[in-house]
Amino acid sequence: MLKGSLGLIALSSLLLSGTAFAQEKIKVGVTATLEGTYTVLGEDGMRGHQTALNVLGKKIGDKELEFVVASTDATPDSAVRAVRKLIEQDKVQILLSPLSGDEGIAVKNFAKTHPELTFVNAASGAQETTYVDPAPNFFRYNMDGAQWQVGLGKYAYETKGYRKIATVGEDYSFIYTQVFGLVLEFCGAGGQVTNRQWVPLGTKDFASVIAALPDDVDAIYLGLGGADAVNFLNQYQQAGGKAHLMGGSIMIDQTILSSKGSAKNALVGTIAASGQADTWEDPGWQKFVKAYQDSFPESKRFPSPSLLATNYYGSTMALILALRQVNGDLSNNQAKLKDALAKIEIDAPNGKIKLDSNRQAIGTNFVTEVVDDGKGALFSKVVKVIPNVNQTLGYDPAVFAKIGLPSRTVPECKKY
Amino acid sequence: MSLLQSTQFRPDPSANATRRAWIGAWPEFQNPAAWLVALILVIMPLIANGFFLIEIFATTLILGIIALSLMFLAGYGGMVSLMQLTIAGFAGYMVAVFGMSGNANISLGWPWWLATPMALALATLFGTLGGALAVRTEGIYTIMITLAIGAAFYYFTNQNWTIFNGHTGINTVATPHFWGVDWRSDIAFYYVTLGVAAICYFAVQYVSRAPFGLALQGVRDNSRRMAALGFNPNAHRIAAYAFAAFIAALGGVLQVWNYRQISPGSVSVGACIDVLIIAVVGGITRPIGPFIGALIFVLLRTFALDVLIKFGLDGNRFRLLIGLGFLAIVFWSSDGVIGLWERWRRNASATQSPGGGRHG
Repeated sequence: MLKGSLGLIALSSLLLSGTAFAQEKIKVGVTATLEGTYTVLGEDGMRGHQTALNVLGKKIGDKELEFVVASTDATPDSAVRAVRKLIEQDKVQILLSPLSGDEGIAVKNFAKTHPELTFVNAASGAQETTYVDPAPNFFRYNMDGAQWQVGLGKYAYETKGYRKIATVGEDYSFIYTQVFGLVLEFCGAGGQVTNRQWVPLGTKDFASVIAALPDDVDAIYLGLGGADAVNFLNQYQQAGGKAHLMGGSIMIDQTILSSKGSAKNALVGTIAASGQADTWEDPGWQKFVKAYQDSFPESKRFPSPSLLATNYYGSTMALILALRQVNGDLSNNQAKLKDALAKIEIDAPNGKIKLDSNRQAIGTNFVTEVVDDGKGALFSKVVKVIPNVNQTLGYDPAVFAKIGLPSRTVPECKKY
Repeated sequence: MSLLQSTQFRPDPSANATRRAWIGAWPEFQNPAAWLVALILVIMPLIANGFFLIEIFATTLILGIIALSLMFLAGYGGMVSLMQLTIAGFAGYMVAVFGMSGNANISLGWPWWLATPMALALATLFGTLGGALAVRTEGIYTIMITLAIGAAFYYFTNQNWTIFNGHTGINTVATPHFWGVDWRSDIAFYYVTLGVAAICYFAVQYVSRAPFGLALQGVRDNSRRMAALGFNPNAHRIAAYAFAAFIAALGGVLQVWNYRQISPGSVSVGACIDVLIIAVVGGITRPIGPFIGALIFVLLRTFALDVLIKFGLDGNRFRLLIGLGFLAIVFWSSDGVIGLWERWRRNASATQSPGGGRHG
């Protein structure tokens, strides 16, 4: 009995001590998908984040940045739980979160309940996050899924001569946004999207999906990521699939191109579009690739950074530069920092990035084609670079609003 | 189990008959440790800050309530149901659908005092129907059929956009405000949770000793003999499912108020099994077990990553630590932490004063 109460007293004193934290540090909470289907993406995102710290340093004037990491599994619940833990237990003042589309929507909504804090999106790319009812303290320095598809539809129609395509995608907001971008452009150019299949995130058995793929199409667009993409490719190859492929931004990415086994070889020649291209010759990009490669031993990284590493790098960079502009001043509910974040223009590795009035990135997009470097490693080669891509994809905002929000069936395949 | 019951009902010669009956029904009022735990829980907002109050203790109580419904079915009814979390999630979704949320095209916008009873009623109905299906089976087949209901519900929410809003789920669910109090503010919400948990705990405790609960335990031990005595075993079992579904639904409503959002991740198969783990680790012989199990679960889930990093290990392996922790508990004691406690008490009383002390 006495033992028990002593234990309780010890426990409660432990709880009290949890509240103390050092003043001269600026605490930043980071979340990444270190569990579940997108584990590989989360790990490489963290590598990009680390690379940014190696390049830029952690000093803000006389203060130092301290980072606390929490893990999620690409579900909105896990993201909200992780962010709450970071804010309430670790007392972070700034959030660098989250990685995945639906997590972004949930964290943006959560951000409204903490207007005094600052949220910098790490990599999530659903359109709704910043387009519908944006949170004033949520900043996104990467483009959304639709922006990342700009150029692909036209290239497929005009250069590759594809007229009819079908899509297979994971059944959630980010892939809807990607297919949204693709369909708008491809159908706008005159193409047809005959069939859209949606599979739950974390699907392992694609047999029925593969069996249902139509034969009378010129190409199949794959909007999959992480373990789902690798599983699909394995089973597609075993089923003897030979169609032309087109890829979404996390499909044609080092997270898949560096996967083990031969299934990825089905991707050689696949066209895709993304916020980056592995072989871009821009000196800023090459410098970033070198910094990434120097930061980690070869066995513990990809040959070239993935889109997630680039996004985490960009968002970490924007945060550090903005903090330096205001000399780490977080007074008055971080008003100065928020102002600086909204105005800052960064020279990210994947081109210049600035924010629009919804605090959403306007940046550069790349159309790419997968090539084999001769030694068995696959890379995405630049085909076309498109600067200044905004969230309404160049449409008049009023016209864009009429298209509707990305979903399984929106947009319709027609010219808007 | 029968041994435990007989020790609890041991007559106390110093007390009169009514007092004895009262103590027999509520043994925890006799136990100073129980009073101490209750006191600490009540003054918890003075001890713990917002994070511990909500993320650890309120979350523990909520998960404990959901696991309590499983403990009731498994412990007193002998039916291991894996759909208790699904029922809770269903209630949560119904609060979001009938009440107010950020998804105006889905939510009907009812005030909370209308939406919540509706959610509770529908979830209880859902649990009762699931139970009516499950009582036709026994043992492993009950587990399978309830797991199938859970998995089906998970995939349904994941793919249905008209009601459940698919993988995105429903965000910014409104929480109750009345009498000038924001009932989702940390301290108020903690007391709401604590109150509901206490009611559920005592309700289960009461029902387990009421004629219905005793008959249910009879059905569990020998349903054929109970049938011969004139009881209807299946009716008892379905009633037990209905009662457990109501408790789980209460937990689900609190859960959605806690996070202000709900999405398929909350009702995934993994989460259903988490509830079973909580109940097994805590012990399914007593209503307090699920709460202890939930506390261990929440502590491990929250701090395993930090602990590993503190020891300089790879933080990515934190799931391993959680698994090892549970394995250790189940290995040392097949009836969970409660079992360890019982055994320790028995050894202690055997060496000191034989026959002294009550269980808490």
